[in-house]
Amino acid sequence: MNSGTGVAARILGTYAVIYVAYLYVPVLFLPLFSFNDSIYISFPLRGWTMKWYETMLANGALHRALINSLKVGIATAFISTVLGILGARAVTRYRLPGQKPVVAMIMLPLVVPEIILAMALLMVILRAGGSLGLVSIAAGHILLCVPFAMVVLMSRFEGFDRSLEESSQDLGENAWWTFWRVTFPNVLPGIVASLLLTFTISFDEFIMAFFLGSTEPTLPVFMWNQLRFPRLLPGVLALGACILIASVFIVLVAEWFRRRNTPETQSGDMIIG
Amino acid sequence: MLIPVLGMAIMSFWQQTGHMAFDVSGTLHNYVEALTRDMYRVLFLRSLAISGLTTLATVVMAFPLAYFIAFYVKRHKMVWIILVTLPFWTSYLLRVFAWKIILGYNGAINSGLISLGAISEPLTFLMYNPTAVVITLTHAWATVAILPIYVSLEKIDRSVLEAATDLGDSPFMRFIRVVLPLALPGILAASVLIFIPTVGDYVTPSLVGGSDGYMIANVIQFQFGRGSNWPSGAAISLTAMTIVAILVGVFVWMARRMSGRRS
Repeated sequence: MNSGTGVAARILGTYAVIYVAYLYVPVLFLPLFSFNDSIYISFPLRGWTMKWYETMLANGALHRALINSLKVGIATAFISTVLGILGARAVTRYRLPGQKPVVAMIMLPLVVPEIILAMALLMVILRAGGSLGLVSIAAGHILLCVPFAMVVLMSRFEGFDRSLEESSQDLGENAWWTFWRVTFPNVLPGIVASLLLTFTISFDEFIMAFFLGSTEPTLPVFMWNQLRFPRLLPGVLALGACILIASVFIVLVAEWFRRRNTPETQSGDMIIG
Repeated sequence: MLIPVLGMAIMSFWQQTGHMAFDVSGTLHNYVEALTRDMYRVLFLRSLAISGLTTLATVVMAFPLAYFIAFYVKRHKMVWIILVTLPFWTSYLLRVFAWKIILGYNGAINSGLISLGAISEPLTFLMYNPTAVVITLTHAWATVAILPIYVSLEKIDRSVLEAATDLGDSPFMRFIRVVLPLALPGILAASVLIFIPTVGDYVTPSLVGGSDGYMIANVIQFQFGRGSNWPSGAAISLTAMTIVAILVGVFVWMARRMSGRRS
């Protein structure tokens, strides 16, 4: 185009690389220090060790926290994806009166500070005579996850040709079988992506789990509690490193499912909605 | 969704009289307190300032990257997008915690500089202040800024840019007069998506803010927790949400008007 383009490209390219480094390097300190043979998180590094990982594996409280997190995560993923399917289908297939305010209400958790949501839920649950525990945590997580599930699923429902459903009905299938044999296989990648993403959100979520939980901590809450004891820090780092790797893996798998057979133009819609 | 918010709204007009006991005759007392007590005012202003700075820093830093991906990356765009999205899905707690390790008294920066001989005493200004909160939040919310800006840049019709060049605009003028106004929706979306949640952030101020870095979320949590004054906590929450909603509304309205006048 013009002579400035080459220089601009090089400057911007350099900036982009620095920026990505800035995104990742701070997080990489967690695994780095988790292999360091010292209870102090400081330079210079003292030498390579696996002992923090060994103590982590032997820690019973941690196992219980992990199981709690898995329970909450799986329940949240399943319920919010089912709600997301219903919501996404209603929004993309039908034009209902009052649809916009309802969708706005569902999406509200994306923009309301989490602490306020958590406190409001806490208040309602306690006033209604409910008790705190894994169920209340899952309820909070579902509230947070439904908007994400809906956004992921809506792009999938929108991308799929309605005439397929119509022809199935013309060929004599009832609505139920049309859904199972035509709609469901078509949106399946979206469903898998939604399950994985909502699970990840729930698994990593701290605020709701912290304030709506009782004596049963989930993994992030367990880590938070450990932070108070400097002696336990390296163990938290080892745990954090494992969680990071697991999250990255799950999200990559989810991305792969989500992008299968979808045009590239939908690239940014995951968060923006 | 509706029940918790409504419940909170009703609660904000009550008065706490004991443990789980409330005077349910309506009063505006909690709102008067939320708006007039110095401590709350300081915290509101600090939260808004911290989150405003964070938003500004995040958007300014993210824009060149989004611009690069939209206009200069020809192949492997998806790789870049996934690369910048990935951190968003990793544990927020861990990302904040990483900064605690980096900025802390015995943290990576201090111990690194000491072992290099650059300083002899740990730098104390790194941690437990509002600056540390801004740094941490800017990093934690980076992804949220990049994506909307990228999408709005990507949507720009390339022939419009060529037309501007053909009509004699320099690349710089073209950027100011064509690219920036067209990218405005993305910039607005990014700002709103970062500003709103960061005002109410709890984890970051608690971990790296210290007492000078406490934000409004900390006092909300206190009122519902150890302070056990739920109605006051509810009133502060709703006041915070209202202030944020008004600010965001004014901000969007101003930005729309500015862009309207220019074109």
